[in-house]
Amino acid sequence: MTRLPQETDKKLGLVIDLDTCVGCHACVISCKGWNTENYGAPLSDQNPYGGAASGTFLNRVHSFEAQPREGAAQLVHFPKSCLHCEDAPCVTVCPTGASYKRVEDGIVLVNEANCIGCGLCAWSCPYGAREMDVAAGVMKKCTLCVDRIYNENLPEQDRIPSCVRTCPAGARHFGDLGDPDSEVSQLVAKRDGMDLMPEMGTSPVNKYLPPRPKDQIESEIDVLAPLLAPIAEEPTGFLAWLDKTLEKL
Amino acid sequence: MHPAPSVILFSTLSGLGFGLLFWLGLGLPDVTGWVAFAFFAIAYLLAVGGLLASTFHLGHPERAVKAFSQWRTSWLSREGLAAVMALLVMALFGAGLVFLDARWAAVGVVGSVLSLGTVFTTSMIYAQLRTVPRWNMPLTPVMFVSMSLAGGALLAGQMSWATGLLVLAGIVQVAYWMLGDRAFAGSGANLASATGLGHIGAVRAFEPPHTGSNYLLREMVYVVGRKHSARLRVISLGLMAVVPVVLLVLPFNHVIAVVAVVSHLAGVAVSRWLFFAEAEHVVGLYYGKR
Repeated sequence: MTRLPQETDKKLGLVIDLDTCVGCHACVISCKGWNTENYGAPLSDQNPYGGAASGTFLNRVHSFEAQPREGAAQLVHFPKSCLHCEDAPCVTVCPTGASYKRVEDGIVLVNEANCIGCGLCAWSCPYGAREMDVAAGVMKKCTLCVDRIYNENLPEQDRIPSCVRTCPAGARHFGDLGDPDSEVSQLVAKRDGMDLMPEMGTSPVNKYLPPRPKDQIESEIDVLAPLLAPIAEEPTGFLAWLDKTLEKL
Repeated sequence: MHPAPSVILFSTLSGLGFGLLFWLGLGLPDVTGWVAFAFFAIAYLLAVGGLLASTFHLGHPERAVKAFSQWRTSWLSREGLAAVMALLVMALFGAGLVFLDARWAAVGVVGSVLSLGTVFTTSMIYAQLRTVPRWNMPLTPVMFVSMSLAGGALLAGQMSWATGLLVLAGIVQVAYWMLGDRAFAGSGANLASATGLGHIGAVRAFEPPHTGSNYLLREMVYVVGRKHSARLRVISLGLMAVVPVVLLVLPFNHVIAVVAVVSHLAGVAVSRWLFFAEAEHVVGLYYGKR
C-alpha cells in the first residue's frame, strides 16, 4: 500500500559524517557489488567500456566546495543515497503499490514485480535517490541492505549495510534513529546532525553531520623559515664581478 | 525535465479529446445518429490514442493494469481510473445518441464531469511535485483544464464559447510562464539547503559523482533548447490562441475551422514541450546545474 504508516516501530537509517568522508568512493563500489547480485534486478551498466559509460547506482559521492568569506575554501565529499524519509513522497505517488515504507523498521522498498517503470517516484524525490534501471525497466533504490541486516547466514559484524561495512574512514553509521539512546541518535545530537533540503517536507531519517570548522592559521608556523632568509641582498666579490660582466655582454 | 514525446503526445491529444467529450456530454452540439457518431469517434480517437501513447514510456506496460489500485494516494492512479470511468460513461451516453436517438442528459453530465476530472487528475500528477517548483503551482491545473475546455469547444463547434475560452487559456498560459519563471527561486531550495553547507560560505559543485551521464541527468536535468524558450513561447501562444481566435472571427467555413483546430493543437503541443523542457528539478542542484 502506498499509504505511509503513521508510525514505524524503528527508524533504521544512516548517519553520514561529512567531516570524516575522504571521498574514496569505496561505498559506491561496495553498494553496487552487493546490490547487483542480491535484492531484485541487477544494477546494469550501459556501454561500460565505451566512450559514454552509464549505469545504475544506489549510492553516489558528490564533492562540493564551500568558500568562507575569509580563508581557504573547504572541500566536502558528499555521499548520497536514499534517506528513507518519514514523509516519503516517492511512496504516495506510486500508482501500483510497488513502493512502500515498512512499518517494522521504516525502510522504503520497491516490490519490483509490481513496478511498471513509470518513473514518477524518481521525479518526486528531491535527492535523486531513485534510478530506473535501463535494462530491467524497474525502479532501483537503496534497500538499506535489508538482505544483510537481518541475514543470519552472515557473521554478526557483517549485518550492517554494505556501504557502512566498507567505509575505511568510519564516515558512515547505521542504526535506529527512532531510539534517542542509540549510538546514531547520540551522534546526531552531539554533532548537530542535519536534514537535506528540509523545505521539501520529506522528514528524512538519514542525517548528515556537518564538517567541523577548520583551524585558522594565525601566524607563521614554520620555525626554520627565518633562518633560511637570504643573507646577502646584493652580491659581492666574484659574484658581483660575474653579475656585472654578464650584464655587459 | 526530459520532454518525452510519448508524454507530450498523450497530454496534448487526450486533453483535447476529453475536452470534446466534456462538451458532447452537455449536449453541445446537440447531435444524434451518424453526426453524433463522427463527433464521438474523433473524441475517442484523441482520448484513447493519447492514453495508449502514454504507456509507451513505461518500463513494463504489460503491468499497467496494476496502476488502478492506489487511487487513495496516487494522482497517477486516480488519472487512470477517471479516464476509464469517463470513457465508459460517455460510451453509454454516446450509444444512446447514435443508436437509439435518445439523449440521457444525466448520464451526459456525469460523463462531462468525469472527462474534465480526468484532465484535472493529469495536471495534478505534475502539480503535486514539490521537487519541480515550476509545476508545483495552483495555476498548473488551471492551465490544463482551461486549454482542454477551449480546445474541446473549438472541436465541438461551439464558436462563441471557444473564442472566450481561447482568450482565457492564452491569459492563463502567459500568467503560468510569468509565475513559473520565479517558482524555483521561491521554492527555497538551493545548493546551500541541498548540502547543508551554507553556514560555511558560498557552496559550489566541485566534482560530479561520475564522469559520465546517468538516469537522473537524462531524465531530470534536461537543458537542451531552453535558449529558444522566448521564441517558442511566442510561437505557442500564437498558434494556440491568437490564430484560432482570428480565424473564428472570419465568416465560418469548414476549411477555416480545420485550420483553427490544427493550429490550436500545434500550439498546445509546443506549450507542453516547454512545460517539460523548462521545468527544473531540484536534484539538478546537486549536479551544479541550477
